[in-house]
Amino acid sequence: MTRAVRIVFVKELLENLRDRRVILSAFLFGVLLAPVIFGLTTSVASKRVVENQDKPLRLTVSGSEHAPNLVHFLEENGTEIKTVAMSADEAMSAVRGGGEDLVLLIDAEYGKKLQAGEPAPLDLVVDTANNQTGAGADRARRLLEAYGGQLAALRLLVRGVSPEVIRPVDVRMLDVATPAGRSLLILGMMTYFSFMSMLVGGFYLAIDTTAGERERGSLEPLLALPVRRAELIVGKMLATSAFMSISLLLTLAAFGVVLQFIPLEALGMSANFGPRVVLAIFLVMLPFVPLGAGLMTAVASFTRSNREAQSWLSVVMLLPIAPIMFAVVNGTKPTAALMMVPSLSQHLLATSLMRGDAIPPLHAAISAGTTLALGGLLVWIAIRLYKREAILG
Amino acid sequence: MIRVEQLSKKFGAVQALSDVSFEAHDGRITGLLGHNGAGKSTTLRILSTVLRPDAGHAVVDGHDCVEAPLRVRGSLGVLPHASGLYAHLTGRENIRYYGKLHGLQGAELDRMTGELIERLGLGTVADRRAKGYSQGERLKVALARALVHQPRTIILDEPTNGLDVNAVRMLRELIRQLRASGRCVLFSSHVMQEVAALCDDIVIISHGRVVVRGTPAEILAATGAADLEEAFVRAADGGVPA
Repeated sequence: MTRAVRIVFVKELLENLRDRRVILSAFLFGVLLAPVIFGLTTSVASKRVVENQDKPLRLTVSGSEHAPNLVHFLEENGTEIKTVAMSADEAMSAVRGGGEDLVLLIDAEYGKKLQAGEPAPLDLVVDTANNQTGAGADRARRLLEAYGGQLAALRLLVRGVSPEVIRPVDVRMLDVATPAGRSLLILGMMTYFSFMSMLVGGFYLAIDTTAGERERGSLEPLLALPVRRAELIVGKMLATSAFMSISLLLTLAAFGVVLQFIPLEALGMSANFGPRVVLAIFLVMLPFVPLGAGLMTAVASFTRSNREAQSWLSVVMLLPIAPIMFAVVNGTKPTAALMMVPSLSQHLLATSLMRGDAIPPLHAAISAGTTLALGGLLVWIAIRLYKREAILG
Repeated sequence: MIRVEQLSKKFGAVQALSDVSFEAHDGRITGLLGHNGAGKSTTLRILSTVLRPDAGHAVVDGHDCVEAPLRVRGSLGVLPHASGLYAHLTGRENIRYYGKLHGLQGAELDRMTGELIERLGLGTVADRRAKGYSQGERLKVALARALVHQPRTIILDEPTNGLDVNAVRMLRELIRQLRASGRCVLFSSHVMQEVAALCDDIVIISHGRVVVRGTPAEILAATGAADLEEAFVRAADGGVPA
């Protein structure tokens, strides 16, 4: 680092640390907002799952007088029955409107058909678009099928046939998901938040050092100083990188704290997020910092004003997020080839660390190498753009 | 000492400067006079090396603006038209930042900064953030920042634009002091009275060309005008060749 680079770096740090707007956006988002939003959504989600499992199934039944045995069976199996008299149309509009979660309609024909040995009609009215009642609908359907199974077995026994005859295969589900594995989708969102707060941390500096300085009229006298333009912009990008790194580290640390208070264990999940994992994830994500700083600075150099720079950068910030969204949705597994994709490789390595898996040194090396190479290219482009005469606007 | 020879500069299809030549000497105040858009700022920006000429030479204190831009910038003090301060730094920090980038440090930096703050009467506000400065205070800090390394040659682009009377008087006084200490001062203006009040030499520029240059007496003689204002109008609009 030359003396001029150091002088510019220190000045930009000092100036921006004094700017309340920069501090609020850089650190408040990452350190407070992201973990709080994340903590709230996950704790609400996990609480709901827990409540649904413990709560008795609540089922509204219309026409229960036609099937006293069925109702008795349901009650024996822990269902709270609410008896009503509704037509099919009324039931459907009640469920669609959210007035009822589930309605079981028992037809007047039910008893007659049952006695005749024909399939007896039962209508279960559900709204599959409603996430909150999906679990209840599954439980109701399983109970009804179990009742049907009992009746079928009885009929076969009466005819002297073993019920096993109609059970040619016995499907058993062996769930091998580890507790931490199951929490991956939720924890995967964390790398998304971490990238966001890393980029937001450098957002204002990237703008301030280019479009902002021009708009305030402080750029021209600065360029008339006996310092190479490359030294000026490198000093500025280093300051941007420092803010991004601090924001990232604080965010990861905040996640580490917040996760202590989220009942992930109640969901059968466990998050691997001690101080060592926080530090490891920080180191894995750090190579992305120069890439982000170079990208934001290069884009901001193109723009004519602060406002224009802000709208452009808001779009640019979504770029690194896209591969992560793709991976989260598809459940992508880490491979050496994928380690060549910046942001995706950091996401995959970070999720491995959270899962408690060891990461292959080769993967870490490819990820850091390709990301730093692309970062170097973007920094070079930012320097070139800063050297143009048009930078004065 | 500034020497400009046959400078040309084009922005796209617009010929901003063509064949501009003049000199500005040490111990004298030289005014670059012309309408808005005549090419004054482009000339000064080539001198401060933030723009490169398409053709011609500009030499500051013996250093060529294209070949040795860092040396040129080292010996120049520049007050551009837009001369914003860093609002979250104090006046003193603004001045020190420029001093450091000029290579000053330690006791020398402290001494130069302190001297300028005292000389420009910034003592009471120097350690407040620049955000709350008045127009005059901002100008003083911008001047101190441009002078902190004791440049031999000083360039000021439309320095009095939008200033109140007190600030203009302060600035004129400072420019005369710089002349008295043997510096070369080049400043641009589109206000005739401004230039007439201060300058030893005048260069009138119009549509990217120098139309007339010399001392006020020489310009009156060349244009055949009764006073400088008449001379400016004739030269800038009529295009009397230099």
